[in-house]
Amino acid sequence: MEAQAARVGPAARSWRHAFESRRVLAPALIAPAVLFMVLVVGVPFAWAIYLSMTDAVGGSLTGNWVGLDNFTEAWQDENFRRALRNTLIFTLASQALVVVGAALLSAFLVRDFRGKWLVRFLVILPWAAPVVLSTIGWLWILDSLYSVVNWTLARLSLDGALVWLLDAVGLEEDAQVPLQWLGRPNLALVAITLVHAWRILPFAVVIFIAGRASIPSEVEDAARIDGATGLKKLWYVDVPLQLPIALVAVLFGIVFTAGDFAVVYILTRGGPFNSTQVLPTWAYAIGIDSGSLGAGAAISLYLFPLLVVVSVLMLYFARRVQVT
Amino acid sequence: MTWRQKLATYLVVGPFAIVLAFPFYFALVTMFKTNLDLANVQHSPYVYNDLEGNFRWDFWNYATTEHVAFLFEETNYPRWLVNTLLVGGIVVGITLLFAMPAGYALARLAGRWGQSAGVGIFLVYLVPPTLLFLPLSRLVTELGLKDRLLALMLVYPSFTIPFATWLLMGFFKTIPQELEEAALVDGASRLRALASIVLPISLPGILTVVIFAFSLCVNEFIYAFTFISTSEHRTISAGIPNDLIRGDVFFWQSLMAATLIPSIPLALLYNAFLDRFIKGFTGGAFR
Repeated sequence: MEAQAARVGPAARSWRHAFESRRVLAPALIAPAVLFMVLVVGVPFAWAIYLSMTDAVGGSLTGNWVGLDNFTEAWQDENFRRALRNTLIFTLASQALVVVGAALLSAFLVRDFRGKWLVRFLVILPWAAPVVLSTIGWLWILDSLYSVVNWTLARLSLDGALVWLLDAVGLEEDAQVPLQWLGRPNLALVAITLVHAWRILPFAVVIFIAGRASIPSEVEDAARIDGATGLKKLWYVDVPLQLPIALVAVLFGIVFTAGDFAVVYILTRGGPFNSTQVLPTWAYAIGIDSGSLGAGAAISLYLFPLLVVVSVLMLYFARRVQVT
Repeated sequence: MTWRQKLATYLVVGPFAIVLAFPFYFALVTMFKTNLDLANVQHSPYVYNDLEGNFRWDFWNYATTEHVAFLFEETNYPRWLVNTLLVGGIVVGITLLFAMPAGYALARLAGRWGQSAGVGIFLVYLVPPTLLFLPLSRLVTELGLKDRLLALMLVYPSFTIPFATWLLMGFFKTIPQELEEAALVDGASRLRALASIVLPISLPGILTVVIFAFSLCVNEFIYAFTFISTSEHRTISAGIPNDLIRGDVFFWQSLMAATLIPSIPLALLYNAFLDRFIKGFTGGAFR
């Protein structure tokens, strides 16, 4: 008995000891998470690539090998090219609005003023609310018959002016009152862009504020001593210091907008006449509605290069943030 | 601040707050509107009106709760709320189980490669569900999980785990290492030090992860939309647009109530935990 205990003792202790060492413990703690990721992200992703090179249809997991045909066929499809173009338009236009808005709003939100907590609560509402639900709110605001926007424009007698303006800038040739925000191709593009900007803005504001807070007060003092004020300070001190963090916020915004399915699906379902399709909704239309699993997978994979670019840029700028 | 600066602040901040919050105010007004008030395009949509279309201060006499009652009594909405809580709760549990050890190890134990591993896990968070939903919907069917909440419970951690691991890594980094080392010197094992020293201190951080991971689950749309086909099994994100919007018949008041009710508590929680979230999300990059 004693001998046995002695034999087990050191072995168990050394096993415990090994578990204590960083080299064993760290991988042991990280491995389950990584394994889970491989199963629920890695495998489906690999499967998506495989499917995109087959003619698989709904109801099956495999198909005949067709190489890159799905990708080239998608490219030749006018609807696909419009979906790709729309994805880029929504993403870039909404993020441009977000950057300007967030820079402006965050500059004032860092000040101390009465009622700040209320303003902050109101400002982050669009980000906190589930995107599907807030988009349904917009569906109501932009309703074809009861749109509050049109009602207000009519009351202010601005609707005629807006119709004229839309015609003048060539956005809507023969628009009519009440404006069909979601029923006309170009107006729908505008509406969707604005909804995206609206929902991403609070997130960007929050990140911008964090970035501002990270600028050491010594910098402010030094700038003041050197006589940098107003625009000069903005251009030579604030912008360079905040650029990396601003870009990180934008890159997040790009990922969240480009990959989004809900906003377009709820507002227009890609219509009218597929004029507002984006890659995710078009992939859904082909992959699920039409049941062409392979072709749908190829369409959604067109998002991937964009993601790679964004990720690389994000890593680059995140490092810059950490250095400063 | 001078009065000019104050004025400028309110002039910028005010309009932004109004525009950003407007859909929620509008949903709030709409959800209690009577059908007659809502359907008359002459009536102001901003307020409650009497039958002649005049704005009434005593709005409670011109509003109705019948559409909210309809939502809870005649639709599957209560069921969707329960489903959402169920899925969110289970997913948060699974997430913590995987993300806490990983986040801790990345913050403390792993050396140089740990930094890259952390970034690698975070990048997984950036893979949008729209890239994976087609193969996943097939896999879910093959595994016999179609139309079952279990499918969502198993798939949602794909984005909550990377997100939570990253946040937790940021939180754990802000805890002074000396605290654990003292425990280690006293003879406690690493895991014991983790359980008895680190966890209690990082409870606020963990709570932040719980809230934001839960909110990611409520937000998710495309999986919930493609995996689940029966109304009773839906979560709110998929149930509301699917079953409450039928063709051209919109139950606007009920719809607005349905969207506002989950949004408000989430917004309050966001507000309460925002500062902590930023700390973790930026990975302790700004201190």
